[in-house]
Amino acid sequence: MTPSSPQSPGSPDSGPVAGRTPDPVATRNPASRGARTLLDDAGIERSLMRIAHEIVERSPDPEKLYLVAIPNGGVPLARRLARDLRQVADLSVPVGILDTTLYRDDLQSTGERPPLRRTEMPSAVDEHVVILVDDVVKTGRTIRAAMDALMDFGRPRAVQVVGLIDRGHRELPIKLDYVGKNVPTHPGEEVQLRNVEGEEGALELVIFGSPAGGDEDSGGAGGAA
Amino acid sequence: MIGRDLLGIEDLERSEIERILDTADHMREIGTRDVKKVPTLRGRTIINLFFEASTRTRASFEIAGKRLSADVINFSPGSSSLKKAESILDTAKTLDAMDPDAVVVRHEVSGVPRRIADVLEAPVINAGDGAHEHPTQALLDCFTVRQVKGRIDGLTVTIVGDILHSRVARSNIHAFRKLGAEVRVAAPPTMLPIAIEETLGVKAFTSLREALDGADVVMALRIQNERLAGAFFPSVREYSATFGIDRAKLHYAKEDAIVMHPGPINRGVELSHDLTDHRPSVILDQVRNGVAVRMAVLYLFAGRAPRAAGPPGPGAGA
Repeated sequence: MTPSSPQSPGSPDSGPVAGRTPDPVATRNPASRGARTLLDDAGIERSLMRIAHEIVERSPDPEKLYLVAIPNGGVPLARRLARDLRQVADLSVPVGILDTTLYRDDLQSTGERPPLRRTEMPSAVDEHVVILVDDVVKTGRTIRAAMDALMDFGRPRAVQVVGLIDRGHRELPIKLDYVGKNVPTHPGEEVQLRNVEGEEGALELVIFGSPAGGDEDSGGAGGAA
Repeated sequence: MIGRDLLGIEDLERSEIERILDTADHMREIGTRDVKKVPTLRGRTIINLFFEASTRTRASFEIAGKRLSADVINFSPGSSSLKKAESILDTAKTLDAMDPDAVVVRHEVSGVPRRIADVLEAPVINAGDGAHEHPTQALLDCFTVRQVKGRIDGLTVTIVGDILHSRVARSNIHAFRKLGAEVRVAAPPTMLPIAIEETLGVKAFTSLREALDGADVVMALRIQNERLAGAFFPSVREYSATFGIDRAKLHYAKEDAIVMHPGPINRGVELSHDLTDHRPSVILDQVRNGVAVRMAVLYLFAGRAPRAAGPPGPGAGA
């Protein structure tokens, strides 16, 4: 269903009356049975720092970089990446947020509509090298939707993709430019970026669910439960 | 959970209202882009079936549908076969046979959208029926208040004017109460429905001053001359002097009270000229937000599953 991030994040009945949901990464139903950590906070930080170095190396015109996060998971990662780019090369890179929900390719299907998330593009993308940032890339459908959405904001000089986890199972010809970690998975498993409980801003990537797939365990975990 | 049709606020749970408002929050961003269009409802057809004349609401629905890439078709009695005495339901069924993904209905008689929903495959969205409900107006009013005030819970909302004939009032009473506001109504006694306090859970006033005391939101309703067959007040001038809102009377309300009006305005009657055009009036915000709210409604309701069980056809409903 949902391309790279498992199911639709956030609860269907969203937030309080007064306003938007500030929280980029949902603290999801805490203990999914048998969840295993793929990357802890330090591991995520090491990956992002390495990616920041790679970006600087491979960008002839680093002043024209523009990070665009795909919510929810991409948002804290893009912020960290921007911080790392400042540290590595003293770059000040704008960070945008681009919700892909309205561009999804499965909206023709019937049933309840997925909740929308924030879009905030602080400046024009024209002439910039846009780097899309997502936490987990699987089918490539979210990245396809993000590229379509991006084009509605202008004409970037180039578009590249960062995926913290590439778990395979591509359904579209999408290739990542920067990868934190390649993790072979079974289709039925879930890979999620989470806030570590009790620790402000600390992240971890976990994998859980049955390799067989299709079981209640894997299917229900990311959903409404 | 969002239902199949949007017929009235009375049918909605608080969580459903909030889901629509939250969705509208995100839809608003699309209106700020250079390219004000997303592909979400590409290939979908929305029919605006307006038996009663309307420019504003119809235009708002049309823009909302088009910003979501739907094909929007407008049907109104003047251009349809209603003049040839085809019944309302036959007209609706004929349109339904063209497989629309939503039908937006306005009619001067209360309850018509529900009757139509009973026989249609397509979801029905009520764009105003008689003196019954105008749900998307109430949703955009709540959205505007939430945007300006940051909340609705605990606010005092005073609705002033022809409560008796107003579907806007009825929908807003339901909506604001469900979202936790205290709702008051103020009108000449001839324009207050009998037993409104008991049936709708509002406080009714015939003194504007008392009704405005401590109000956070002041909503003036249009004097609908076309619906006022009888003599409900001595003269427009007297109505304006007693129930028209101007800066002097606004002093009775809270210092940061906002002024709303569903439009179209009789300038100088329900609202004084300067209040119409300047803060604390939020009338143009209401119009702008109307598009975002209707985008949210179309996103959430249009083109979803046809009725789950049973073969298509009449008789299955009701």
